[in-house]
Amino acid sequence: MELKTTGIAGTMESSDIQIVLEPRTEGGIEVSLTSNVMNQFGKQIVKVIRETLADLKVENAYVNAVDKGALDCTIKARVQAAAYRAAESDEYVWRTKA
Amino acid sequence: MSEKRFVKDRLRRSMMFVPGNNPGMIRDAYIYGSDSIMFDLEDSVSIGEKDTARFLVYNALMDLKYGSKELVVRINDLSSGLGIKDLEAIIRAGVHVVRLPKTETAQDVIDCEREIERIEKEIGIPVGSTGMMAAIESAAGVLNAYEIAHASDRLIGIALGAEDYVTDLKTTRSDGSELFFARSMILQAARTAGIAALDTVYSDVNNEEGFLAEVDIIKKLGFDGKSVINPRQIEPLHKAFMPSEKDLAKARATVEAIEEAKARGSGVVALNGKMIDKPVEIRARRMLALAELASNFTVEEV
Repeated sequence: MELKTTGIAGTMESSDIQIVLEPRTEGGIEVSLTSNVMNQFGKQIVKVIRETLADLKVENAYVNAVDKGALDCTIKARVQAAAYRAAESDEYVWRTKA
Repeated sequence: MSEKRFVKDRLRRSMMFVPGNNPGMIRDAYIYGSDSIMFDLEDSVSIGEKDTARFLVYNALMDLKYGSKELVVRINDLSSGLGIKDLEAIIRAGVHVVRLPKTETAQDVIDCEREIERIEKEIGIPVGSTGMMAAIESAAGVLNAYEIAHASDRLIGIALGAEDYVTDLKTTRSDGSELFFARSMILQAARTAGIAALDTVYSDVNNEEGFLAEVDIIKKLGFDGKSVINPRQIEPLHKAFMPSEKDLAKARATVEAIEEAKARGSGVVALNGKMIDKPVEIRARRMLALAELASNFTVEEV
């Protein structure tokens, strides 16, 4: 997926995470994370962000994430929404639950 | 998957609305003890956040465990173009029941069913796996309630959406007299189709007295349950739908007398000198079944 513009999804409310995705042409994925559970879950949050972007075949991007205690499924949802917004696409690809 | 995702006949005293763009409520929805959870992609989600809400509800259905709760998603209406996108996501994520908003005709149900069927075929699950319910929210919908209720085998119930309905009637919510006709139509329609009749939300969450008065009306009419917008409404609602100890004792005695007469080979059953006829038996058995379902109903660890 090719990012064309900045994509933002999510809020600063409790249990949410705000994701700002900015396109770049090279250098891979760079994640900057602020979280109120940084020590406990910081690594896990970054891992989920990276995996979700890899799944969407986003190879180069700046990610600015502000976490307020989001579950993994919320992190995935916000990254996916931000990516489709940044790609200006609504050609969503949905997996089927096993 | 070899079986249906939904159960047609089950306890539906409460269906809790969860705004689709609220991660905290989506996470906590299962702890409040409602019989069904309804994730909303329609009116509680602003037009600019339809995509983000859809991703949230999709991922929650994919990843979170909600125990034995019935999982319903209210989609946007198909004519908006959003409804199809909602269906593509939530059917893949395993939703049990699709709630169709603003249903006016049987054709609305048939059109939605066609899309559901197409997606079921695409993802290789049996056609008919996904349930539907239709919300009736206009004068036209109320007058077409019978055809709507019979429009698809997937329907588990029909529901009244009162806010849009009273606006359509040029009135407002008051003591319930304004909804009497719609409730009666919806109830008769549901009963002829053998599906659930579900009542509208009561939006003044701080007025418990008003809420209970409304619950009393719908229970007496014969409704199966009601939508709730606040977890605080769930317990009083369930309590009101629970038969009293006295009624339960009578129902048990009735069923015992019937069983005893059957064992004796007698066709006529009497209890305390009164004959028990078929409708009395049906009501007694239904009450016991409801009480059993309710007493077995606990919030599981998930």
